[in-house]
Amino acid sequence: MNIRVQTEVFDLGTEVEALRAGRLDVGAVASFVGYARDINDGSDVTAMTLEHYPGMTEKALVTLADEAAVRWSLIDVSIVHRVGRLLPGDPIVLVAVASRHRGDAFAACEYLMDALKTRAPFWKKEETPTGERWVDARESDAAAASRWEAKPQG
Amino acid sequence: MRLRILYFARMRERFGVGEESLAFDGATVADLLEVLRARGGVWAEELAPGRSFRVALNQHLVTPDVPLTDAAEVAIFPPVTGG
Repeated sequence: MNIRVQTEVFDLGTEVEALRAGRLDVGAVASFVGYARDINDGSDVTAMTLEHYPGMTEKALVTLADEAAVRWSLIDVSIVHRVGRLLPGDPIVLVAVASRHRGDAFAACEYLMDALKTRAPFWKKEETPTGERWVDARESDAAAASRWEAKPQG
Repeated sequence: MRLRILYFARMRERFGVGEESLAFDGATVADLLEVLRARGGVWAEELAPGRSFRVALNQHLVTPDVPLTDAAEVAIFPPVTGG
């Protein structure tokens, strides 16, 4: 398991290669990268700052990865999340999941992102032409996370 | 008991404090929220029943009925918006 919170940029190819390194049983890697957008809720966004809860953040991400490993047959998981000031187009978050078969990798990757969005203590503050604003949590994120609760294993 | 309380994001900014040490006579998270609300102003506003916020005890999300223990780390913050 590779869980990191960092200010530095990350590279998808490098992370996927690290996940696969020396593992010839890996038949599938599914990954997700989230990027900072230049528009949100109808306003131009010129930059954003990500704050987190050091200590709890890492624990929460490890818990999510553990949950995914119980639910699906996984070989390894990588979660990298950036904090600090980011500009539109900058990558924010990466989740990559290695498994023997694609079904487990796809499902676990989506689960991890949905769970991260509602349970990992990160907060975004956006800079717009009219000033700074904290981003409000979205109902759609809560709905996306809750659909996994009703779903039977696999 | 004595608690270490942390505030994050919008709540840290509105309260004007990121961390405090508090002598506390109550029992649960709900009791602590009552003590903080009694400060009035932005405290009463941000922590009003029905407002959306989260509480973590020793870095795990908890519900208001959970008991607090001496030297616990309690964090209060808005719903998360990472990813």
